[in-house]
Amino acid sequence: MTLNQSGWRPEMGGASDCPLNSFTGNRALMLEEALIFEIGDSTTTGVDLAETPKVASRLGGLDRVRDIGLPGLSEPETVRHYTRLSRQNYAIDLGLFPLGSCTMKHNPRLNEKIARMTGFADVHPLQPQETVQGALAVIHELADWLVKLTGMHAVAMSPKAGAHGELCGILSIKAALEARGEDRPVVLVPESAHGTNPATAAFAGFQVESIPATPQGRVDLPALLARLGPDVAGVMITNPNTCGLFERDLKTISDAVHAAGGYVYCDGANFNAIVGRVRPGDLGVDAMHINLHKTFSTPHGGGGPGSGPVVLSEALAPFAPIPFVTKAADGSLRLIEEEMAGDALPQSFGRMTAFHGQMGMFTRALSYILSHGADGLRQVAEDAVLNANYVLRQLEDVLDAPFATSGPCMHEALFSDANLAEGFSTLDIAKGLIDEGFHPMTVYFPLVVHGAMLVEPTETESKAALDQFIGALRSVALRAKQGDPALKSAPHFAPRRRLDETLAARKPVLVWHPPELAEAAE
Amino acid sequence: MTRYFTSEHEWIDVDGNEALVGITDYAQSQLGDIVFVDVPAVGAQVTKGGDAAVVESVKAASDVYAPVSGTVTQGNAALGDDPALVNSDPEGEGWFFKLTLADPSELDGLMDAAAYQDFVATL
Repeated sequence: MTLNQSGWRPEMGGASDCPLNSFTGNRALMLEEALIFEIGDSTTTGVDLAETPKVASRLGGLDRVRDIGLPGLSEPETVRHYTRLSRQNYAIDLGLFPLGSCTMKHNPRLNEKIARMTGFADVHPLQPQETVQGALAVIHELADWLVKLTGMHAVAMSPKAGAHGELCGILSIKAALEARGEDRPVVLVPESAHGTNPATAAFAGFQVESIPATPQGRVDLPALLARLGPDVAGVMITNPNTCGLFERDLKTISDAVHAAGGYVYCDGANFNAIVGRVRPGDLGVDAMHINLHKTFSTPHGGGGPGSGPVVLSEALAPFAPIPFVTKAADGSLRLIEEEMAGDALPQSFGRMTAFHGQMGMFTRALSYILSHGADGLRQVAEDAVLNANYVLRQLEDVLDAPFATSGPCMHEALFSDANLAEGFSTLDIAKGLIDEGFHPMTVYFPLVVHGAMLVEPTETESKAALDQFIGALRSVALRAKQGDPALKSAPHFAPRRRLDETLAARKPVLVWHPPELAEAAE
Repeated sequence: MTRYFTSEHEWIDVDGNEALVGITDYAQSQLGDIVFVDVPAVGAQVTKGGDAAVVESVKAASDVYAPVSGTVTQGNAALGDDPALVNSDPEGEGWFFKLTLADPSELDGLMDAAAYQDFVATL
């Protein structure tokens, strides 16, 4: 028999209720960390530079006379500061992230490997085009995949994010209307559409009119059809919509909008739920953006930049923005810029970005597409929908699911705050989930549902991971229904307790001041 | 002075051709803590059912619609410093703007206090 020689015995544990406040404020691995301005000072630096020789100033009296107040830290202090802060964060690499692909879904490491290949990573957008044919080929091939997957006619690759893509689509519609010499000032946006849609239309100078949602969570078709007319430029419709439902009437809507002389913009943010199964082009869509991070797994949510290519119908393709990549007869690739656009795309509405688009996201998206193949992409959509429906059906007995009878959901399961105990809200459930070690789901959106909780598990979660999340949310929901007072003060185990969101919004403190100045300012 | 209500949860106090507009107690209770209010500028023309002001809570940003058409004569400047007035006294100190009515007959379709209470009870 081997004796335990270490001196540790199980009964020595169990200090969870210990009232001790540690000297440091740390609680074992949960480390307190001050702001960088509070730990750094201008006398410390990560590198030692030789004293500069005295030279005559040529700044004409504009020399800096005061310390600029940037904190200095040594290299190990800097590394520790940001590593400590990162440990207070939740990330997709730690666990299920019910905010879903809007923020982050799993980023396959293969994508990262491909994006770091020197031929892609170390090129410059102003390099001669014959030296970056491989990079241009990536843009061209990705464009080809996006056009085929959506059943559309052309694609603008340069928009830098989803809302930028919306703007690209709406500006294409505006250019098409101007080319027809028509003044159509109104864009219709259903309540089940993304919140950015009306903002985009308004930004492009259109008047936005809202179309109600039905009690089943879809566009009110008769209301939309009744509003069509010669003043309507088009509709912006999100499919699948923000209630997590497929807009079954989209083809009918498209046909009616086209008959009335308008265009159909589809917010394709949720394309990840239908990729490989539905081609928006077949549903009469004229323009749709694709969030590469949502459907094709590029990093996002603090981890990487957005990218929002916009696919266009034959009617809108002539108005696409520059630049774009074309393939010459000899197989070489050319980036078409202003000087050549006059011949290649004379009606282009112009340019949205300085360069070609988010090259680093293109390489990742293309490697995701090629490593999955057409059948793999189809499975992405199927698994995303299957996982969301599993969450919906496992929880509809404890949480109110307002559209549970509207048929299967798509990639998102939507719950409301109905039937919670008096005084308990969606916010309490979100805070309770933090104690369970999960980032909360999307809360209070979409607005058409009271106290909305929108859960998108994404396709890569295993049944075991889903079961653990479902168990956690079920437990918190039951506490909210039973009126557990401890839930009102959650989170209890996070680095900070419940924060005053109202005060933060009413009196935001956005600039750090030294303590003595901050006191003087009050 | 007569107080009317809209189905979009605005109230309007009418005195001759002058009126005072705000959002109802039910509306503020649904919005939660108000953090920002944008009231229309003096002289702005508002049309019945059109956007007139914006109210933001920690949960959402919402448009406030004009109950009737008219010309804005004053916005409640106090809401800029203290948007919480909308929570604490929505149908008093938390008023949004004053306006001169363009067409008093537009008041006809609005609810009185009893009708609005019945309406809220159905929500």
